[in-house]
Amino acid sequence: MSDYNFAYLDEQTKRMIRRAILKGLAIPGHQVPFASREMPMPYGWGTGGVQVSAAVLTPDDTFKVIDQGADDTTNAVSIRRFFQKTAGVAVTEATTEASVIQTRHRIPEQDLRADQILVYQVPIPEPLRFLEPSEVETRKMHALEEYGLMHVKLYEDISQHGDIATAYAYPVKVEGRYVMDPSPIPKFDNPKLEMAGIQLFGAGREQRIYAIPPYTQVVSLDFDDYPFLPTKADHACDLCGAQDSYLDELIVDDAGGRMFMCSDTDYCTTRRKAGHVGAQGVPYEKDAA
Amino acid sequence: MYVAVKGGERAIDNAHAWLAEERRGDTSVPELSVAQIRAQMTLAVNRVMAEGSLYDPDLAALAIKQARGDLIEAIFLIRAYRTTLPRFGGSNPIDTEDMACDRRVSATFKDAPGGQVLGPTFDYTHRLLDFKLAADGDAGDVQVAEPQKTATPHIMSFLDREDLIQTEPAGKDVPDDLTRTPLELPASRALRLQSLTRGDEGFILGLAYSTQRGYARNHAFVAELRIGAVAVEMDIPELGFAIEIGEITVTECETVNQFQGSKTQPPQFTRGYGLVFGMTERKAISMALVDRALRWKELGEDCLGAPAQDEEFVLYHSDNIQATGFLEHIKLPHYVDFQSELELIRKLRREAQANIHQEAAE
Repeated sequence: MSDYNFAYLDEQTKRMIRRAILKGLAIPGHQVPFASREMPMPYGWGTGGVQVSAAVLTPDDTFKVIDQGADDTTNAVSIRRFFQKTAGVAVTEATTEASVIQTRHRIPEQDLRADQILVYQVPIPEPLRFLEPSEVETRKMHALEEYGLMHVKLYEDISQHGDIATAYAYPVKVEGRYVMDPSPIPKFDNPKLEMAGIQLFGAGREQRIYAIPPYTQVVSLDFDDYPFLPTKADHACDLCGAQDSYLDELIVDDAGGRMFMCSDTDYCTTRRKAGHVGAQGVPYEKDAA
Repeated sequence: MYVAVKGGERAIDNAHAWLAEERRGDTSVPELSVAQIRAQMTLAVNRVMAEGSLYDPDLAALAIKQARGDLIEAIFLIRAYRTTLPRFGGSNPIDTEDMACDRRVSATFKDAPGGQVLGPTFDYTHRLLDFKLAADGDAGDVQVAEPQKTATPHIMSFLDREDLIQTEPAGKDVPDDLTRTPLELPASRALRLQSLTRGDEGFILGLAYSTQRGYARNHAFVAELRIGAVAVEMDIPELGFAIEIGEITVTECETVNQFQGSKTQPPQFTRGYGLVFGMTERKAISMALVDRALRWKELGEDCLGAPAQDEEFVLYHSDNIQATGFLEHIKLPHYVDFQSELELIRKLRREAQANIHQEAAE
């Protein structure tokens, strides 16, 4: 693989992407068009995130990739291997040890620090897309700060269902200006969008990059009488006993028996190593043996 | 204890090994060579070059072999390779008038200077399975004609002289490059044509067909369809003149379309244009029809709300690499989002059922 430049992309392309990232950081929540390249993995597999990671990685970085919160899901493995091969960077599964974390659909449970970068893979960057299919129109709506349509949608949800019927990719307003799609993270993760680390969002197929600088105000859209509520399964993790983490629900037998476990596998493992044991768990050492 | 989806690394390695075995197939059958694919699957090779936006028959043939004959997968391999290539510069525009035509037909004139040349076409074959090919594919002796030495003038140029066909405004000297700048709308015609020529053949065909059936009908005649080799020349600054750096085969289609005239313009024919790498006739004709449909605004026509007239709809959905990627990505894990939907729908159902019970009680 030595035929390829560090982190696959050529330096000019990385420069172009960095300019888009810097512009994105300067205008939090604003979608910056960039000349997305065709990557050796398909659109929809995280090409936007991969290009952003390629542009920010340096040889000294330690890289972590999660998909659905887990390091061992197949596409996370594939992306991690890609950068091991093309950039030779150190990789880790530990959130605290990583300097760059690429994610799909989750924010790690562990709070990120100021020296960490979180890179999101984004399928549809436009929060207004399913209300207005035309890009020409939605760009105008952002420019004019014309977000009435979104509030009408949320209101219609309440009148029809008695609740805002959006469970993931829950729209947020960034620093009081742009309505932004936080990518398809569960709304449980939305409060974590205000963090110390830098958050970069890459949408390869749609050719957009956007960003949230550290400590930026990020407000989930709601109404005074229907306030935003981050929700999760009403259980504790069956492996580590955590009450505060987002849970995956597994079907474990033919009778439809359920088990709940942390979606963030590093968080779960770290807790189990520290001696926490859930209702169906066993101490970590015994499991590893 | 139940352990969820661990073992991603090993699963990937094993899947790749199995894939390689499946690609090779039954080992008692001789392996296909890249040269065989290049020489005998030429139309597949041409499609891969056209939609891969890279003129290299050897690489296209290799991609088809690697992709087990899945042409969209092969196009993807070529696109991914293409992005890694350095750019030395741009060639001069090719001159299709100087094309060495293998095929050249006009549907608008019975004959014209340069003549009608059928070339190697399926057009008048009877589509009967040729069982002889199952045993022996030898073509036998074929008559060879003297190549024409003179240029073949474009049929359109004859209409042009009479001012019957609308003249095209000059574009930028160096057109924008779809692969280097993010697409912004409205797009120039150059960008639209770039998008169409690398767009999915099936998608462009379907759109073109929809215009024929009345969704923004534009009454196209094929004024000329020509296929053949053209020289590619490039200015070399150190030399101060252009040199020929190679030869490519392209298919060019020019359509003549009716135009009623508007308040500002007398009736005049208009044109649609298709130009595609390789022998790719269906694609070039489709491209010309869709190009014409997209030109409604600049020609002062009404938008009829047809899909083929909607620039954003056409340009954002014609690329099969984008489309197939996004379509197929829904097979990747989505269980975190699905979990949040599960929680929500359970909650909404609980509330709805509580309301029903309460109403029943009242």
